[in-house]
Amino acid sequence: MSGGVDSSVAAALTKDAGHDVIGVTLKLWSGPNGEAPTAGCCTVSDAEDARRVAAQLDVPYYVLDYTEEFRGGVVDRFIDDYTSGRTPNPCIECNRTVKFDRLLTSLADFDCDVLVTGHHARNVLEEGVRSLRRGTDRAKDQSYVLSMLSESQLSRTRFPVGELTKAEVRKVAADRGLRTADKPESMDICFVGQRDYRSFVRDTAPGAFVPGPVVASDGSEIGRHDGVIGFTVGQRRGLGIAFGEPRYVTRIEPATSTVVVGRRDELAVAGVTLRHLTWTSGRHISGNVTAQFRVHGEPVSAALHGDRLLFSQPQEAVSPGQTIAFYDDDRVLGGALISTTFA
Amino acid sequence: MIYLDHAATTPMRPAVWEAMQPYADEVFGNSSGVHGVSRRAKNALEEARERISATIGASPQEIVFTSGGTESDNLALKGSVFNPSSRHGVVTVATEHEAVLETTDFLRRLGFPTHVVRVDTRGQVDLDALLAVVDGDTAVVSIMWLNNETGVIHDLAPIARRVKEHQPDVLVHSDAVQAFSSETIDVERLGIDLLTLTGHKFGGPKGAGILYVREGTPLEPVLHGGGQELGRRSGTHDVASAVGLATAMDAAAADRERFRSQVGQIRDDFEKRIMTTVEDAIVNTPETNRSPQHLNVRFPGVRNETLLLRLDRAGVAASAGSACQSGASEVSHVLESMGLEAGAARESVRFSFGWNSTSDEATEAADILFELIEELR
Repeated sequence: MSGGVDSSVAAALTKDAGHDVIGVTLKLWSGPNGEAPTAGCCTVSDAEDARRVAAQLDVPYYVLDYTEEFRGGVVDRFIDDYTSGRTPNPCIECNRTVKFDRLLTSLADFDCDVLVTGHHARNVLEEGVRSLRRGTDRAKDQSYVLSMLSESQLSRTRFPVGELTKAEVRKVAADRGLRTADKPESMDICFVGQRDYRSFVRDTAPGAFVPGPVVASDGSEIGRHDGVIGFTVGQRRGLGIAFGEPRYVTRIEPATSTVVVGRRDELAVAGVTLRHLTWTSGRHISGNVTAQFRVHGEPVSAALHGDRLLFSQPQEAVSPGQTIAFYDDDRVLGGALISTTFA
Repeated sequence: MIYLDHAATTPMRPAVWEAMQPYADEVFGNSSGVHGVSRRAKNALEEARERISATIGASPQEIVFTSGGTESDNLALKGSVFNPSSRHGVVTVATEHEAVLETTDFLRRLGFPTHVVRVDTRGQVDLDALLAVVDGDTAVVSIMWLNNETGVIHDLAPIARRVKEHQPDVLVHSDAVQAFSSETIDVERLGIDLLTLTGHKFGGPKGAGILYVREGTPLEPVLHGGGQELGRRSGTHDVASAVGLATAMDAAAADRERFRSQVGQIRDDFEKRIMTTVEDAIVNTPETNRSPQHLNVRFPGVRNETLLLRLDRAGVAASAGSACQSGASEVSHVLESMGLEAGAARESVRFSFGWNSTSDEATEAADILFELIEELR
């Protein structure tokens, strides 16, 4: 329970279904002196909301300290990804390494059978087999961030609010008088909060900033930067250099701390190579697939051969570190991380 | 529910709530007023003060009513360094409660010289290291009597004597909130200047404590205002709480002999069963200089957070060190300062017994505990 409306309603629906429920908030991050973050999720006030909702639902509630796992699995990787010129997605890493790994494998310790979360996705059982589907509310669908889950993980997981639209979720919460019914969604990276993530990295890993050149496609130096952290492929603003026509970050070369900029047409990526390829069913799939590389992005058609994915049409703003989710209509087939891109 | 968290707080003793009720209701007067209902309140307040002072060998005017242990600790430390004397420093010990450590850190940030002295693996303060940092600028030395997490007892009288021999004008304060149930308190014999007590640790109400202030001790108030408590702590008196506090103190003092032997026996039996059943369990406190009600024990390979959750689900209330505001358990600074690695501290649980603990419930809790430990490993 993050203290938001979705997990509040997930707990309520699970309790209504007659299950024996405990509510858990993960303490994931604290400041240098152990203080709780003041913005984003997992703040003190969010934990307080979760606690009050759990009390209202009459379920026991606990705060579990996962700061060590989160630091190692998510924050260090976040910094490492940026330092290495990749685009990190810490929420997906948190799902992968903390929630659906450490927490899920600890269920027996807590004498629990399944982990219920407030994700907008559907966990469907058909003919004895579990599969992950897009959430009923397509605009809020979060199946992308869960695309790395295996069938065995899905069998110990439930996403009850994925069956509802966000409006329905809020209505359930309001009808029950849950204090989180109208709570706004958290948009920040929880451990960074509302500040600039560059300054977060600067404070946390000061050595990560290595100054280097900004170069044009032909290799000529057109400016300097104070570190590749914070640059993302496709980025247009904040380059600190004035151009006659719009320029975008087309490539980041961490080894030489070089940021390459070019015209929009130079952003086009023909395909990507993948790592951490996982398939929900365990069966490897190849050939024609539908791939999505942003949480609320449109799926595109592509062909998968081994760890190489070739888009049917060149795609813009695809960058190493991002997650790719594979779909068959609204069914998630699997997921992977983008290792490299090629033109 | 089997309640084994009496060091966190303990239920009110019989007769306490009853004694308080009239002063929350019919005798509602402000004890500073000039009319009948106020006089009755004032009279009850002063009678409570007399009874409280008698149980610790103090005189009534040496008792300052506060809202509890945290306020008393704050008043002792801040009051000592804020008063316009020539002394500014604070010396305390690494295993103190946050009410002392955080206050000390606050004073450090204000620019006061502060020292936090280490303890040895038994949890005993390093007296030589302590004396080495007590100097002519030290205003107050604060040493906890009985540790809330481990039950480790400091032999306070000789420590206070050594400090006074070294620097006669230094004030000695002790946070004794955990001590009252089991230890006889005589401020004269202890030779200290300031002592913190709080009601809810020995069967009194929450939000009611005292600071003993030896007569003639210069102390600047933390709460300024109407000048109650001889100017040392302003604010309209909570007469009901003061009466409850006095009632609980009388009851706890009268029950002390039984508490030491009977509650101590329950704790010892519980500990013995653990040590014979869970072969690799480790008690984090030496047997000597330990309270009869605390047991801090480590179960290697079992994370305390998980064990406490399961104990709670099975109806047994225990704890692990201190909890942060969010409710997550944190690595105990007390165990860490005794030399335990963070990982070992995360495997340590505190069971604490109280005035109404029974051996039957301790036996039942031990059985539940053994089952869970087996399952969790």
